[in-house]
Amino acid sequence: MAYGDKVIDHYENPRNVGSFGTQKEIKADKNVGVGLVGAPECGDVMQLQIKVNEQGTIEDAKFKCFGCGSAIASSSLATEWLKGKTLDEGLTIKNTQIVEELSLPPVKIHCSVLAEDAIRAAISDYKSKNGIESEAAHAH
Amino acid sequence: MQLPVYMDHAATTPCDPRVVEAMLPYFTQTFGNPGSRNHSFGWEAEAGVDAARQQVADLIGADRKEIIFTSGATESNNLAIKGAASMYAKGPAGTEKRGHIITAMHEHKAVLDPCKRLQKEGFDVTYLAPGKDGLITAKMIEEAMREDTILVTIMWANNELGTINEIPEIGKLCHDRGVVFHTDATQWVGKMPTDVTRDNVDLLSMSGHKIYGPKGVGALYVRRRKPRIRLTAIQEGGGQERGFRSGTLNVPGIVGLGKACELCAAEMDDERERLLALRKKIESAITSQLDTVQVNGHADKRLPNMTNISFGFVEGESMMMAIKEIAVSSGSACTSASLEPSYVLKALGIGDDLAHSSLRISMGRYTTEDQIDYAIEKIVAAVKKLRDLSPLYDMHNEGIDITKIEWQAH
Ligand SMILES: Cc1ncc(COP(=O)(O)O)c(C=O)c1O
Repeated sequence: MAYGDKVIDHYENPRNVGSFGTQKEIKADKNVGVGLVGAPECGDVMQLQIKVNEQGTIEDAKFKCFGCGSAIASSSLATEWLKGKTLDEGLTIKNTQIVEELSLPPVKIHCSVLAEDAIRAAISDYKSKNGIESEAAHAH
Repeated sequence: MQLPVYMDHAATTPCDPRVVEAMLPYFTQTFGNPGSRNHSFGWEAEAGVDAARQQVADLIGADRKEIIFTSGATESNNLAIKGAASMYAKGPAGTEKRGHIITAMHEHKAVLDPCKRLQKEGFDVTYLAPGKDGLITAKMIEEAMREDTILVTIMWANNELGTINEIPEIGKLCHDRGVVFHTDATQWVGKMPTDVTRDNVDLLSMSGHKIYGPKGVGALYVRRRKPRIRLTAIQEGGGQERGFRSGTLNVPGIVGLGKACELCAAEMDDERERLLALRKKIESAITSQLDTVQVNGHADKRLPNMTNISFGFVEGESMMMAIKEIAVSSGSACTSASLEPSYVLKALGIGDDLAHSSLRISMGRYTTEDQIDYAIEKIVAAVKKLRDLSPLYDMHNEGIDITKIEWQAH
């Protein structure tokens, strides 16, 4: 299948790849929120991590992704967009914006949905670690 | 090196230039209809077809009267399976219990779909599960045989794995029981020595475009002696091909198929050795440079020209993207929307995650060692890059069993 230029760019030069520690460490780290979404048998798993400072701003974000080029690009883009945002601002990122930015074709829309899920999961993980009330569970 | 490198010869092969050369006169000069009995145009075209029939027969140890030209292996399979079922049916159309057919789960769709059709038309079909090594053995067939079994159809070599089934033994069993035996030999013929008499085959399908011949032409071998196999024709009309397959013959295509067979016969032994060395090279390089990879199918009972390798913790489509300079086939049928892992790999009990990240690499007549070295380098680099990106690989390295995680399927 043909990919758009922006997908190829993120795929070839993914931004913010990595992790703030081992699985054990990130689970224990209160400053880090982790979102792990998708399933291996479906062909996509995204792990998005945010590091939040005392002001409640996302100062750093990292991702790892097992998935197609569009899934990699969606999660890479999500980390770029999250950096510098507050938690509430982070929650305003919508999958449709990702679709638009990356020109994803209809068959790849689920990748953007997964990225939005990962953002929400990471933020809600941070909130629950820090005893912050979360909005009602978000379901797709 | 010219890029991209073609390593998908199990999908199709380029025409050998010698094949094209043999075909050319049959488009413009010797263009007659071989069915025209009254003039030299027809006779000359017929002579071309006759020579090709002999070349095809020689490649598989048949008599030329036993070769029926078709449009390819799909048609040959349809004619063999539907034609035999209808001829040897135990009851008329519209009734039930018309006879039992044995095939395997990981056959090509061009066998499975005709079998499914026959199920709707009153036949019983058993779809055997292969062993973990991908093989169908004579023992499996024997255990599945019933009083009312009329047809066994098992491919000679599998198109995704290259695994080789126990064809001569299955043929023997069928002959002992008086059951018709068909084999889809599309991937086998032309690469491996074939003798339909020795190997106890009654019906054999083959295709031009897998053996450096043109697309849109193939053949069905139909045994004439011990036993004489009869078929009900599917395509009816002018009665060509002894009534088995009506329609004006594709003379240039048939001449090309004949030439392709002749070349395969002449070059087979050297080619087999050469390709096997390349296959071993790519398999040993990849399995030694990467962890968590597996070569699918039986270790030895496989065609020399193809290998199917699963890479743990990388996803198939991103893998294809990372190796876009080499044209290979992925283990999932996810050409676009459907992310269905290959039913062939599933039949071997390979998990969906591994099936998603499998490559079929198939080499051919023009594949060079340089191309193999290039492919090894690209594949190893791609897997490493994608594993650096893969959360699953991290978890694996931290000793977390990813099958124990509660994933949310979406
Ligand atoms: C095992 C097998 N059978 C049948 C076919 C279909 O052959 P054709 O394209 O000649 O119809 C193929 C090729 O795709 C094949 O590999």
